[in-house]
Amino acid sequence: MLFYGTELASPLMLGTAQYPSPEILADSVRAADAGLVTVSLRRESAGSRAGQAFWSLIRDLGTPVLPNTAGCHTVKEAVTTAHMAREVFETDWVKLEVIGESDTLQPDVFGLVEAARILSSEGFKVFPYTTEDLVVAERLLAAGCEVLMPWGAPIGSGKGLNNVFGLRALRAHFPDVPLVVDAGIGLPSHATQALELGYDAVLINTAVAKAGDPVAMARAFRLAVEAGRLARIADPMEARDMAAPSTPLLGKPALS
Amino acid sequence: MNIVVNDEARVVNARTLAALIDELGYGDARIATAVDGEFIPGSRRCGLDIVDGMRVEIVAPMQGG
Repeated sequence: MLFYGTELASPLMLGTAQYPSPEILADSVRAADAGLVTVSLRRESAGSRAGQAFWSLIRDLGTPVLPNTAGCHTVKEAVTTAHMAREVFETDWVKLEVIGESDTLQPDVFGLVEAARILSSEGFKVFPYTTEDLVVAERLLAAGCEVLMPWGAPIGSGKGLNNVFGLRALRAHFPDVPLVVDAGIGLPSHATQALELGYDAVLINTAVAKAGDPVAMARAFRLAVEAGRLARIADPMEARDMAAPSTPLLGKPALS
Repeated sequence: MNIVVNDEARVVNARTLAALIDELGYGDARIATAVDGEFIPGSRRCGLDIVDGMRVEIVAPMQGG
């Protein structure tokens, strides 16, 4: 699947926050065989070189980066942050977040569409963090987005795919649009399920970073997305309500 | 000049944003700047005058999800 004309090496997108150490972050990115990593921008005082050290670590990994606008609550904040990110990270890709509600970190879809329209017109390749709402999806595509990133569950909740019906409907409705489940994935099985549903990628952070052994979990997620993608290609059977014997009855001896 | 940098009040001598970055010691660090909520690209820092009360934001790469 192409994301704005670029083929990623893997359908696993990995966040870079909350790891126990920079070394564990780097090892996790390698173990995950991540197709891209997400990054952010924060204030830095002149004395602290933390941001510079982080940037060299990411550059050395050689994985494509997707800067986010995490924590932005208004269109203006998100658009300005995207501009700053484009300069710092030298990419016009942006994971657009406009947060509308603090408890669930649900996107403000109205602000999101507006910010997506502005940024797309300025040449950004927008990856919008959205809900599974079909009407909002239509508006985002009309605003210039060529990728959609619906949530699975609230950010950091680890609850998996809360609305499988909605995610399936989105996939069916937009068969040719690259779709990424972003947020809420807690286990490799959730990632497998997303790929089985036909999603093109998943974006994961907390599930790996906050695992007891992040590197081992990163590897588990790599295998999980591989399993899900193969299952999708292999065309799964339809589920049914009643049993159907798998062993043939023909030729069964009469023993009663 | 009394300005605010990353939410911290400062008295600075610099006359331009580019000079301010030097004065604060950022050197060649990979950063982006905004003034009073507006993005100022690196190419415009030399021509941007510092004025009293200005709010400057200086950001750098950071881990993100």
